[in-house]
Amino acid sequence: MSGAIVSAQGLVKEFAAGNQVLRAVDGVTFDIAAGETLGLVGESGSGKSTTGRLLVGLVPVTSGAVRLFGETVTGPGGAARLARVRHRMQFVFQDPQGSLNPRMRVRDAIAEPLDIKGGVSRAERGERVAELLDRVGLPQASADRYPHEFSGGQRQRIGIARALALRPEFIVCDEPVSALDVSMQAQIVNLLLDLQERFGLGYLFIAHDLAVVRSMSRNIAVMYAGTIVEMASREALYAAPQHPYTQALLDVVPRPDPDRIRRPALAGEVPSMMNRPAGCPFAARCPRVQSLCRSETPLLRGIAPQHQAACHFV
Amino acid sequence: MAEADGETLAPRRRLQIVRRLARHRSFRIGFTIVVILTLAAVLAPLLSGIDPTAGRARLRFRPPQEAYWFGTDNFGRDVFTRCLYGARLSLTIGLGVALLSGVIGAAAGIVSAQFRRIDAVMMRLMDGLMAFPAIILAIGLAAAMGPNVGSLIVALSVAYIPRTARIVRASALVVRELEFVDAARVSGAGNWRIIWRHLLPNCMGPLLVQLTFVFAYAILAEAALSFLGIGPPPPAPSWGNIIAEGRDQAIDSWWIMFFPGLAISLATLGMNLLGDGLRDVLDPRLKVET
Amino acid sequence: MSVLAVENLTVSFRTDAGWMNAVEDVSFEIGAQETLGIVGESGSGKSVTALSILGLHAAATTRIPKGAIRYGGQDLLRVPERAMRRIRGGEIAMIFQDPMSSLNPVLTVADQISETLMLHQGLTRAAARQKAIGLLDLVRIADAAHRVDAYPHQLSGGMRQRVMIAIAIACRPKLLIADEPTTALDVTVQAQILDLLRDLQGELGMSVVLISHDLGVIAEFARRVLVMYAGRVVESAPARTLFRAPMHPYTSGLLAAIPPLDHDVRRLPTIPGSIPDPSRRIAGCRFSPRCAEVEPGCRTAAPDLMTVGEGHLARCLPRLRGRAA
Ligand SMILES: Nc1ncnc2c1ncn2[C@@H]1O[C@H](COP(=O)(O)OP(=O)(O)OP(=O)(O)O)[C@@H](O)[C@H]1O
Ligand SMILES: Nc1ncnc2c1ncn2[C@@H]1O[C@H](COP(=O)(O)OP(=O)(O)OP(=O)(O)O)[C@@H](O)[C@H]1O
Ligand SMILES: [Mg+2]
Ligand SMILES: [Mg+2]
Repeated sequence: MSGAIVSAQGLVKEFAAGNQVLRAVDGVTFDIAAGETLGLVGESGSGKSTTGRLLVGLVPVTSGAVRLFGETVTGPGGAARLARVRHRMQFVFQDPQGSLNPRMRVRDAIAEPLDIKGGVSRAERGERVAELLDRVGLPQASADRYPHEFSGGQRQRIGIARALALRPEFIVCDEPVSALDVSMQAQIVNLLLDLQERFGLGYLFIAHDLAVVRSMSRNIAVMYAGTIVEMASREALYAAPQHPYTQALLDVVPRPDPDRIRRPALAGEVPSMMNRPAGCPFAARCPRVQSLCRSETPLLRGIAPQHQAACHFV
Repeated sequence: MAEADGETLAPRRRLQIVRRLARHRSFRIGFTIVVILTLAAVLAPLLSGIDPTAGRARLRFRPPQEAYWFGTDNFGRDVFTRCLYGARLSLTIGLGVALLSGVIGAAAGIVSAQFRRIDAVMMRLMDGLMAFPAIILAIGLAAAMGPNVGSLIVALSVAYIPRTARIVRASALVVRELEFVDAARVSGAGNWRIIWRHLLPNCMGPLLVQLTFVFAYAILAEAALSFLGIGPPPPAPSWGNIIAEGRDQAIDSWWIMFFPGLAISLATLGMNLLGDGLRDVLDPRLKVET
Repeated sequence: MSVLAVENLTVSFRTDAGWMNAVEDVSFEIGAQETLGIVGESGSGKSVTALSILGLHAAATTRIPKGAIRYGGQDLLRVPERAMRRIRGGEIAMIFQDPMSSLNPVLTVADQISETLMLHQGLTRAAARQKAIGLLDLVRIADAAHRVDAYPHQLSGGMRQRVMIAIAIACRPKLLIADEPTTALDVTVQAQILDLLRDLQGELGMSVVLISHDLGVIAEFARRVLVMYAGRVVESAPARTLFRAPMHPYTSGLLAAIPPLDHDVRRLPTIPGSIPDPSRRIAGCRFSPRCAEVEPGCRTAAPDLMTVGEGHLARCLPRLRGRAA
């Protein structure tokens, strides 16, 4: 897809786990266009964070390529090209507790990207901090306080202000609302949407809950055991989910409706990412499993415009 | 949205650290003790007109009395005066060792934690140092540099560096996995910025606690070493060598050992309280007791 | 007949700023085999309430100036510690949020389950082990006879939580308190655990208190719901009534803020602000600084819980004006 500011091509990431190899991300491919959001959902351990970290260079790829703003930042010479585009992207972390240095005042935390980039006068720095606080809806007095004086939702705002400091064009949001109460969650989702509208930001929005992703994303990718099992536009995915895992995920989101009767939960848990057997990674839990699924790995293929799924039987 | 307005009560925080220190009860006590001991060392000639090294055979083994508050020793020297002058050496050694081993140990620990490739080498080096007896090292240094305070400080520092390095490394290894370090990396922060701004400040608590122990151990170790004749030669008093010299008369003339021992305990207590205070106050998360 | 009745429970903790009420005037009842949901934002006092039932607060920093917890003809707040220990884990059991830190990492699953059985039922080690295997079966852990010798770190989060449940139900408690039992788990595993709890409740005939900040979880599980805000109950109603016709603006706000799954919205409705710091007392209604329907009267007098319908109580002046029965 042209016009993509971020593009992942066959990303693979392996970690050493003892004397075994853990394949956390296994051939992930997607594009994100300027000003758009790709939602990435999946269970814990499915490789969502690792995918996000691969994009911004926090962990090196095992194989595959990442292109950012037209530069290939993986492979030989990638580090230098990454340094060139680094200031155009940012990361918002999941844990509002751990993502701010407890010894740094909010002012310094927010200004850190500016300080690292350098070339900012004291006055400019102060102005920029004030502006950023304003942007994320925090009072100016917050600048002189320490992170522990804030609630989870407020800390998440501080993390967002820090991410905005260099006016990035793309932000990886790694479960920015998963640790928050619903009321805070809604505030942060709205804030991210406002910022996107104003600055034309592109997001990779990671979550484990399909309901949260719905309000954020234009396109959605569902990850299972390191692979994308379904990817579609929001409309297509929620109207007609194709992969049995996506269907199960949608079914399982608890709804505020006491009369709803949910189907019984999927049995089993996400498979181990070490020594994975051949075949579809979801086969062990799939209600529609056939013998083909245990022998042959389904590939992600187009099944309708804007809709891909990795299942033999869709 | 002004949700944080007035939720916490903190206007301007300029002299905040100083104010928090002043409010910290154990810091105040520790600070007072350390200041008093330091003043005693500096003002020793004003506080006592007696020569700390001149012996007077007539006055041997006097128990504490009005003229000689802490009694006198086997040469008839005034123990009070010797304790005052002894504070100079002992405090210098305690502080010197704490600072030197603190700086080098912290640097070694943090560098090990951040640069994983040199970690193994660095830690083997530390294990080697730890296994090497401080006394042998001190003897060697005394032979090379002469038996003076400097060589003693270096020898004792070398002995305490490995422990300090290990403690700092352990906490730095925890801190570097936290997300704020990743946040700095995403923004392009280099290793040194991560060390200075993120790792070091967050390892301060355990480091300070360790250094107050080092301070106390160094004062005691100096006593052991002076007993062996290493370190500053006996006529110049230190709390350690006063105790060492008083050993033979411990039963009959208890005061010779008791008062310098008390001084060491007091100095250790003072440093410990001071260290606790610093640790609490440097950690913005802790509420300061008043 | 109610199994447990909490009456006007107030719990305060010693803090830097003096004694602070974390929970104030909380009352509720749980009938036999009933499921009660307690919902509220982080810090609203849900866990403090639950821990009070089991007398698990540190005595030195906690005061319970008011209230009673009636259970089997006695007041649990006044039962001696020895007797309390028999009730705890035996007749009233609890499951905590974090399945990793509430299991002992150096003991096998068999040891941890047996401990409860040997303590409360005086079983021998061998008998306790056999029963432990049966319990693992009951909480649907496959291959229980082998899993029973595993250490906690060898189990996934969902399995650890099942082990916690197995320990909790080992002595067939009359009342099970589950404090955010699924918050640390994935959505699909969460659904498994909720299904399991529901099945077990039917099989063992226990009453369950389910604590959660997730209204979806509560809707799926509870028959009656208590909504807490800043240490107080603001609304209490049968689940269907609460989700169809919430009375308190806070409850409505929470419900509106849940992102919808079946249609698109441009912006989610929010409750501005955040839960107040418990050390800062707010005169009048605690929700008033965040409330869109606030009136001057709300800021001066704390409203009482008033009955608005069959089993439906709420604490809001403007909304209840003229409606209170
Ligand atoms: N630095 C690392 N070293 C070794 N293994 C890792 C590392 N980072 C991640 N993993 C492993 O890779 C797998 C995928 O992890 P990842 O954090 O990407 O999952 P996730 O989908 O983000 O899950 P969650 O929802 O829990 O955040 C997991 O099995 C994890 O244990
Ligand atoms: N031991 C304690 N000492 C002092 N304050 C406490 C103590 N335990 C709880 N609190 C305070 O009481 C209030 C209620 O806490 P509680 O743990 O009940 O909240 P909760 O509703 O369970 O929240 P969460 O959803 O985060 O678990 C909080 O403000 C908390 O800080
Ligand atoms: Mg993750
Ligand atoms: Mg709780």
